[in-house]
Amino acid sequence: MAIDTRSTDLEWDPMNALLAQYLPILIFIGIAVGLAGIILTASFIVARQYPDMEKLSQYECGFEPFEDARTKFDVRFYLVAILFIIFDLEVAFLFPWAVSLGQIGIFGFWSMVVFLGVLTVGFVYEWKKGALEWE
Amino acid sequence: MPVAAFPDLIPAIPEIYLAVSAMILLMLGVYSTGKQTVRTVSYLSTAALFFAIPLTVMVTDGRMVTFGGLFVTDSFAVYAKILVLVSAGAAIVMAQDYLERQDIARFEFPVLVVLASLGMLMMISANDLMSLYLGLELQSLALYVIASFQRDSIRSAEAGLKYFVLGALASGILLYGMSLIYGFAGTTNFDSLAEVFKAVNGTEPHLGVIVGIVFIIAGLAFKVSAVPFHMWTPDVYEGAPTPVTALFAVAPKIAAMALFARVLVGPFGDLAGEWQQIIIFISIASMALGAFAAINQNNIKRLMAYSSIGHMGYALIGLAAAGSAVSAEVRAAGIQGLLIYLAIYMFMNIGTFACILLMRRQGRMLEGIDDLAGLSKSNPVMAMVLAVFMFSMAGIPPLAGFFGKFYIFAAAIEADLFALAIIGVLASVVAAFYYLRIIKVMYFDSSEEEFDRPVSRDMKSILVITGVVVILFFIYPDPVLNGAELATSALFPQ
Repeated sequence: MAIDTRSTDLEWDPMNALLAQYLPILIFIGIAVGLAGIILTASFIVARQYPDMEKLSQYECGFEPFEDARTKFDVRFYLVAILFIIFDLEVAFLFPWAVSLGQIGIFGFWSMVVFLGVLTVGFVYEWKKGALEWE
Repeated sequence: MPVAAFPDLIPAIPEIYLAVSAMILLMLGVYSTGKQTVRTVSYLSTAALFFAIPLTVMVTDGRMVTFGGLFVTDSFAVYAKILVLVSAGAAIVMAQDYLERQDIARFEFPVLVVLASLGMLMMISANDLMSLYLGLELQSLALYVIASFQRDSIRSAEAGLKYFVLGALASGILLYGMSLIYGFAGTTNFDSLAEVFKAVNGTEPHLGVIVGIVFIIAGLAFKVSAVPFHMWTPDVYEGAPTPVTALFAVAPKIAAMALFARVLVGPFGDLAGEWQQIIIFISIASMALGAFAAINQNNIKRLMAYSSIGHMGYALIGLAAAGSAVSAEVRAAGIQGLLIYLAIYMFMNIGTFACILLMRRQGRMLEGIDDLAGLSKSNPVMAMVLAVFMFSMAGIPPLAGFFGKFYIFAAAIEADLFALAIIGVLASVVAAFYYLRIIKVMYFDSSEEEFDRPVSRDMKSILVITGVVVILFFIYPDPVLNGAELATSALFPQ
């Protein structure tokens, strides 16, 4: 093959071989940046612009974009957010598990059951502690 | 065809047992409403921890690797696990009275200690960078919470937050080092890493590998609070509730030190020339800072924090000797000295913190060294016991602390690390000043009021056991010496 010398070069330096595996990601980043640039430029050139204050200000969910970040708000929001993240992640784990259940066998099955069991124990604890009651 | 065969669970039985007990205890605590709940959960947690000791000894039969090479148990792991379980159990026993008196007795405390111990056992048994990290995080997360267990106290909350932020930083550094190692060696498994580095033995390893090792050492040095990664220690020790400090000073240090030894001697054993000088430096820095910074302290918990930094410096001498190029016997002597030192350190510290927990007048906890004035007249037994621990920490023969230092320095000299041994001896002379100052305050300063009595039976038994071990170690040192020798042999297969 024509690239024989190059491939031995790659074996000689494992770092290059490793980086070569990331080439598709580099290409992907290039395409993403290019596409985003094209779309932004196109909307800037083609569309009509009617700017006003609300349109120009950054969008942030429910908060004024520019004010002191150290306002007090209820710690219960954090609790709900944490509980949400735990069960959100649980689902994120369940999907690949469900798809590959045929390959991972009995050990894979029981690993997830044990994981769900641990989560259930934690859930029962927070329920009994009243973490789910708003008032 | 299934890719993952069902692994052999037997080597991990102690960990599985502790995990299940922690969850059962959590459910027990949250479902029972009686007044005795906290006490019951506390006693059951201690029992669970102590029962894990025979379980650990029984299941281990030579070197056993399971979970696809992630988990290993051998005599080294058994030795370190016994120390961790004993100190965690003792911390729960010591905490019970204190927490009730401070009105913060909650059943979550013993459960969190059990979970932290589980994390420590995982660290000790890690055979892969990934399982190392998981164990470390499980331990740390539980410890962050109990550091701020007295949540109405601003200092306790500060201790928890500081520990959390700096612990997270340490984890980040550790993970960065691991990713470098994985990038340049292509594996995270300790056995495979050892093979990779054996293959390049003699040649200069890639710079990335060295940077990776440096970062991993920095991350672990945070956990054993070695200088220059020690800044969190005095504040956290002072702010955390005293029994929590007692736990911090012992169990996580032992676990992290065992992990340190396993990582450096195992996968990175053939790169000893690269890491030995780093260990020598942090060892010298820790001994010096531990010796000099403690001199000015008036708070005994802060003093113990600097003292523990110094002690970790001495223990690291053993690790530096384990990186010696002289011979395998010398390397083994270094690890053996380290393990003996950790066992003796555990007994001295548990005993000292039991004394600190008894410093209480009219129900108010005291932490000043001056508060010990005249203790020899008001409570001669306690003064004598504390004096024994202080003499032992200073390394005065024939108490146990002397033998700990003796084996460490002997290993350093065999490894031709003369400068390190000399600096160690000098640092221990300086450190003797502040240990002896406590004795001077107790015996020669004018008397203050008595401390509260009576002393609970649990505390008495802890003081008696640790005191007897420290005093009589020189008569019957065989269990520790033989245990350490057996444990060391697991790290240096013939």
